[in-house]
Amino acid sequence: MTTRPVLELRRVSAHYGPIQVLREVSLQIQPGEIVCLLGGNASGKTTTLKTILGYVVPTHGDVVFDGQRVNGLPTQRLVALGLSMVPENRRLFQRMTVRENLELGCYLRMDRAEIAADLDRVFTLFPRMADRIDQRAGTLSGGEQQMVAVARALMARPKVLLMDEPSMGLAPVLVEQNFEIIRQVNQQGTTILVVEQNANMALSIADRGYVLQTGAIVLAGSARELLDDPQMRAAYLGEM
Amino acid sequence: MADQIVPTDAPVGAGAGLLPAQGVSARRAVTLGLVAGVVAVFVSANGMVSEFAERDVIAELSLGVLWVLMIPLIVGSLAGQAPAVLQGFAAPRPGWRNPAGGALAGLLAAVVMAAFILLIDAVNVRDVLINVRPDLVETEPRLLTFGQGVGAGVALVLAVYAALGALGGALHLLPDRWRRAVVAGVVWLIVMGVLSSLVSQVLRGIQSTTNIWTAPLADALYQGGALTAPAAAVVFVVGAGLYLLLTRPRRTPARVRVRRLPDRSQRIVRVATLAVALLLLGLLPQVLGPFLSDVLNFAGIFLLMALGLNIVVGFAGLLDLGYVAFFAVGAYTAAVLTSPQSSLGVGWIFWAAIPFVVLAAAVAGLLVGTPVLRMRGDYLAIVTLGFGEIARLLFLSDWLKPIFGGAQGIIRVGDVPLAPGVEAGGAQPRLFFYVVFTFVLLAAYISYALQDSRIGRAWMAMREDELVAETMGVNIVAAKLWAFVIGAILAGFGGALFAAKVGSVFPHSFEVIVSITVLVLIIVGGIASVPGVVVGALILVGLPEILREFEEYRFLLYGALLIFMMVRRPEGFIPNTRRVTELHEQELQQDAWLRAKETE
Repeated sequence: MTTRPVLELRRVSAHYGPIQVLREVSLQIQPGEIVCLLGGNASGKTTTLKTILGYVVPTHGDVVFDGQRVNGLPTQRLVALGLSMVPENRRLFQRMTVRENLELGCYLRMDRAEIAADLDRVFTLFPRMADRIDQRAGTLSGGEQQMVAVARALMARPKVLLMDEPSMGLAPVLVEQNFEIIRQVNQQGTTILVVEQNANMALSIADRGYVLQTGAIVLAGSARELLDDPQMRAAYLGEM
Repeated sequence: MADQIVPTDAPVGAGAGLLPAQGVSARRAVTLGLVAGVVAVFVSANGMVSEFAERDVIAELSLGVLWVLMIPLIVGSLAGQAPAVLQGFAAPRPGWRNPAGGALAGLLAAVVMAAFILLIDAVNVRDVLINVRPDLVETEPRLLTFGQGVGAGVALVLAVYAALGALGGALHLLPDRWRRAVVAGVVWLIVMGVLSSLVSQVLRGIQSTTNIWTAPLADALYQGGALTAPAAAVVFVVGAGLYLLLTRPRRTPARVRVRRLPDRSQRIVRVATLAVALLLLGLLPQVLGPFLSDVLNFAGIFLLMALGLNIVVGFAGLLDLGYVAFFAVGAYTAAVLTSPQSSLGVGWIFWAAIPFVVLAAAVAGLLVGTPVLRMRGDYLAIVTLGFGEIARLLFLSDWLKPIFGGAQGIIRVGDVPLAPGVEAGGAQPRLFFYVVFTFVLLAAYISYALQDSRIGRAWMAMREDELVAETMGVNIVAAKLWAFVIGAILAGFGGALFAAKVGSVFPHSFEVIVSITVLVLIIVGGIASVPGVVVGALILVGLPEILREFEEYRFLLYGALLIFMMVRRPEGFIPNTRRVTELHEQELQQDAWLRAKETE
């Protein structure tokens, strides 16, 4: 690991009132990687994402994005710097059309020609979306909605794409398809941080992974190492 | 089922496997009839019938009696109607059940009413219900019993209500289009009858301003403020005929025909329409005369506020119940700066005060907006409600009395100068109209421009999902504050115009009810829809001013209208298309599902 990480958490702690939810979490994401953040319920996965996106301000430690210390910056500044998120359960603007959803994805961008190019790029990635462009997002199937959610986040042309529980609420077939999409997006040059409970699935596409437990990183390593780790297998991969 | 007259007609020509639709239900007719009876008794007991009896609408028929008789007619039509069917389901065939259901409902309404008549004849209820006046049953004109004694009256009530109910139900025997035409005719009849003074004033006004020969028409239509019987027949036929003409099959709507024209011609049509509309609006105060112009100005000021609140509530989704505060700030700023008798005593002209009105309203918007940034929904509504009261109490307080005059307010607010030597104030409603109109036009333009702008999209996203909107890069703080500030400025304009129109400002003009009224007219007109808000303001603020009889019952009618709208048409008179989809989501999804089935 010689390159400078594009996103780095340096011993970040965070509190909700008196309750500490993150304990000195450190992680690094190199450009071009897929990194997954694993953990069970209430392990601090979502809080980690919220801290990266500026919804939660760390009480200790630093969030460094693209060489710049960003803790405490408002969310829209972080989005402008190149962070973008696919929220848990997709959360599309259900009553707006697919097009309007995509337009909101590039809300902060002013470069019209580039936006049009990105729209084409999204259509090549998800050919079915071109037919659905003027349909209301709420009427799409779950799989299609997931595509729109990813497309919406890509329209911001992020340096790092954050994905919160992409397998949540999807049928197994769609989960697989979804992870295939993540891999494709990554191959086109987007760095991705995936937060997941489905460790098997996430590790199958990730380069590296971190495991969170009650707010602290307990394991870290390459996807291979984690898949082979006995402790990991026992706790998260469903083996006795 | 035992409670149904109908063993539901089998679906006609519908795809096999679909459920048959329900027919007219006796239970429904009974329920509706009893409710209608209670409503009829209610409007009699609260004095509406007696109050409106002074006003003849059609020949000898007074508004009071018409008011009561409409109830069995409407309920008959509701009871005689088969419940709405989903697309793809066959509607039951019309038949004798429609009028029978209507008659049943009408009869039950009559039973309730008859019981009421017998009660007030036997017992003196006036100690408790002071509005149960003797002219209902005991003394002439015996409004409820059609001028008869109690015995004959009750029999007549039963017969008439049942007949009207049957008539209402029988409407459903007509094909859809013809039924609507009849309803249109009746609506025309009632509107022309109730608005007799307005219509004759307009007809006379047209003659005096444009020399088109219209005044004799007014004399032909009305006698003593009521439509004459032949005129009523003509109005009904014209109303129904117009409806049929405008909805004839294979008629291409004007909008579509215009869209088919080449771009250049389209632009010409649009400019021409705008020019004609502006010309007509320019002539309006001359045609309407001073009284109606004044009413229009009053409605215009409320419209200005409504357009502003529409930005806050409709576009940005922030429920602000203290909106009157900004109206008050605008009014007081204009008053302090233009009145020679205010604490400042500068006596500026109106236009010089306007920049300060904008500034003061914007500051007030920020003051209210900043502390509530983190609040949503109910909490926001309650807190802003408090802010509205705080503003009023500040203007009323002894503490600020040296500036705002406390309960004495500020008098001698300056008129609006239009040209050297020409000033428009409350005493020149026809000139003042142009001032109000300019501001309303500005507000409407701002609304439309914002709706399609970046900030408009940000508001829309924020209304749907604040958190995700933020993730898209929307600056929530800025978006909320902009909504509050722009809304406040428009209300500030309204306040400044109000001060100039009335010529004085007092704290009691800025009570909570102003906020509520503005909110109601947005909701009834169509939230987030500019044309809807315009219609809402004209109907809810303009009409009660013209129909003075209604004044006492204004809020009762607002309440009834609001409930009716929430149940039957929550998107308002002229809805914003997106709102329709929000409110009728399920129906639309069902339709889409069925359409998909059909094409499979």
